[in-house]
Amino acid sequence: MDTDKVFKALADPTRRKLLDLLSETNGQTLGQLCENLDMARQSATQHLGILEAANLVSTVRRGREKRHFINPVPLYEVYERWVRKFEHQRLGLLHDLKNELEGEQ
Amino acid sequence: MTRETTSFVYVTYISSTPEKVFEAITKPDIAKRYWGHENVSDWRPGSKWEHIRANDERTVELVGKVIEASPPTRLVISWANASQAEDPAAHSRVTFDIVEYDDMVRLTVSHDELEAGSGMANGISKGWPAVLSSLKSFLETGQGLDIFAKPKAA
Repeated sequence: MDTDKVFKALADPTRRKLLDLLSETNGQTLGQLCENLDMARQSATQHLGILEAANLVSTVRRGREKRHFINPVPLYEVYERWVRKFEHQRLGLLHDLKNELEGEQ
Repeated sequence: MTRETTSFVYVTYISSTPEKVFEAITKPDIAKRYWGHENVSDWRPGSKWEHIRANDERTVELVGKVIEASPPTRLVISWANASQAEDPAAHSRVTFDIVEYDDMVRLTVSHDELEAGSGMANGISKGWPAVLSSLKSFLETGQGLDIFAKPKAA
């Protein structure tokens, strides 16, 4: 999947709020999500469309309902590539510093 | 009395074929390379399956039944901690749906009938993103991710 789409989808406070709402309660309908958003259903639908295109939200139809699920798999890929390796380095530096300060006593 | 349940749906797109994705889930010698576990069963509806840690101890961590198997597009299994195998309420349900999507495969893993707030719900919501990222990496590059990785502590 397109990493650009993931970052673009995340670069908007409403869409991050939608992900927060789904992370609290997964599988909500548009109506349930709109109860916590100060916007028209149509705008919310557009935002959800962008999240779905980025594969950050997946939808399942159950009868007449369309339920939305947060899909953290692309975020995990971003974490693997852009966060974890820096986390390792930073913790490595702290480790060296600690050795440096404590080791030579 | 009904218990409160929760569901998760995970989706990943993989440059591969449905056959390879299905095999990667159901063949122990492939699964252990990106999952660190083997899924062992004859994959016939009604049969048992076991999720076994691929190390010397070979601990059976999860167990369940094969509910539906239609290779290479669909697999439905029940899923429980090995220690709770006899408790029907502890069984959740996992569905793998594999669909060709342009030159890729869209793999959807739906995990339903989980007890809300349970240790299992908590565990799988951390586990599936890591396993699916590792599966994608393994099938696309031949290299899985270290799914047991933790931040390197000082």
